[in-house]
Amino acid sequence: MDQRPAPTSGIDPQRLGELKSGSRLERVLRSGRFAVTAELNPPDSADPQSVYDRALVLAEVCDAINATDASGANVHMSSVGVCALLTRAGYEPVMQVSCRDRNRIAIQGDLLGAAAMGVKNVLCLTGDGVQSGDQPEAKPVFDLESTTLLRTAQIMCEKGQFLSGRKLENPPRFFLGAASNPFVPPYDFRPQRLAKKVQAGANFIQTQYCFDVIRFKQFMEAVRELGLHEQVYILVGVGPLRSAKAALWMRQHVPGVVIPDEIISRLEGVPASRQQEEGKHICVEMIQQMREIQGVSGVHVMAYRQEELVAEIIHEAGLLPRRWQPHRRQIYQFEEGFE
Amino acid sequence: MFRRLQDSPHLLEIAYQAANQMVSTFSSLLRPDSWGESVFIPVEKMSKGAIFDCRMCGQCVLHHTGMTCPMTCPKNLRNGPCGGVLLNGNCEILPDKPCIWVQAWDRSKHMRNYGNDIQQIQAPLNHQLRGTSAWINDQHRQAELTPNGWEN
Repeated sequence: MDQRPAPTSGIDPQRLGELKSGSRLERVLRSGRFAVTAELNPPDSADPQSVYDRALVLAEVCDAINATDASGANVHMSSVGVCALLTRAGYEPVMQVSCRDRNRIAIQGDLLGAAAMGVKNVLCLTGDGVQSGDQPEAKPVFDLESTTLLRTAQIMCEKGQFLSGRKLENPPRFFLGAASNPFVPPYDFRPQRLAKKVQAGANFIQTQYCFDVIRFKQFMEAVRELGLHEQVYILVGVGPLRSAKAALWMRQHVPGVVIPDEIISRLEGVPASRQQEEGKHICVEMIQQMREIQGVSGVHVMAYRQEELVAEIIHEAGLLPRRWQPHRRQIYQFEEGFE
Repeated sequence: MFRRLQDSPHLLEIAYQAANQMVSTFSSLLRPDSWGESVFIPVEKMSKGAIFDCRMCGQCVLHHTGMTCPMTCPKNLRNGPCGGVLLNGNCEILPDKPCIWVQAWDRSKHMRNYGNDIQQIQAPLNHQLRGTSAWINDQHRQAELTPNGWEN
């Protein structure tokens, strides 16, 4: 069991008032426990089992599972679909909503549908440009953007209405999240941008992959100066690098991911067969360093196509056991019912 | 040539204030859907087009965004940069061009009157106002500029 002192997120739950959504993630964060979320990469499949296979390896070691919304502008099973499957089986999803593919009419409808399916956490994103995916000829929408999407969801929850003013019969209750990338310019604007998102309704933040601890510490210093660490739970993005080659590829091709040279040379310093192991060690060390930073409330593990490593990483970082276990029986019942 | 003016945001904000003053003086002439608007739109299009590459969204927020047009961002972001800005400060979608939000942030630091307005949350665009005059909308169509229930 975790013997460390309670993490210093700095948030006084009293100040936040009642539970916003009643989500498990919200409860974990409010209790002061160091939260762990992980990213599920949606399958290119129409079989629910493809989702459950992926969820199973993540659920035991994390508090909530992020269902990505066509990340990198590549089409996969929709986040609404993945979340519907996850909630039916008793898992706790964070539904990612991107503004690239849908306008405000579609998004507001999806939010209601998701809430009805039991989704309680929503991560509001602008989304990558269409050109970074495998169908760059698609029309980018960007009717809303992350900040306006946050405010839209907040209006639906708190005022119980659509953006048109039309009243909702039963408003949704969401724990609202937003993304932040402290690692790319304009660096001194990033904390202010975070403040804007908090003002627009963000309750928690999941950051881009952190490989640059010094830059992140500077960012957190500015965040603390603005008092944001007392208003929002910050989960730092971490993940294992598969190899030096993979790290170089990511640095070149994934917008927003910054990997310092030291990390790459550390990976290059071991034989190719052991680079995956080294990447895992770097990730574990990163989590341990993040726990020491005041205002950090948890980590968000993104292990693209290495989901099987997530459990090892969380274990080695000393973050087990998590309190919650998935309701396996429910999954089996559902599968039987499905056939 | 006129685009260079954007690098003097402190002058542009003064010009903005003066123009704002002028428009409010003639606001009774410049009403929505009047002949005044039909004359005014081409003037607005030409002047703002030459300096800011204006896209005539009809909801000008230049003084909130470092006198840099947010509609020139390929994602039309009006509240700040996305997370994909390249390390050299260029755009992820147009890698040869600077991110307009990097420019906006730099320029806002030189603006004495409106510099801090970059921290205000901008409402989503009303796409019905595309092609209309932002000056006139600011005077007469305030209610259409923000969705219902939207407060800043």
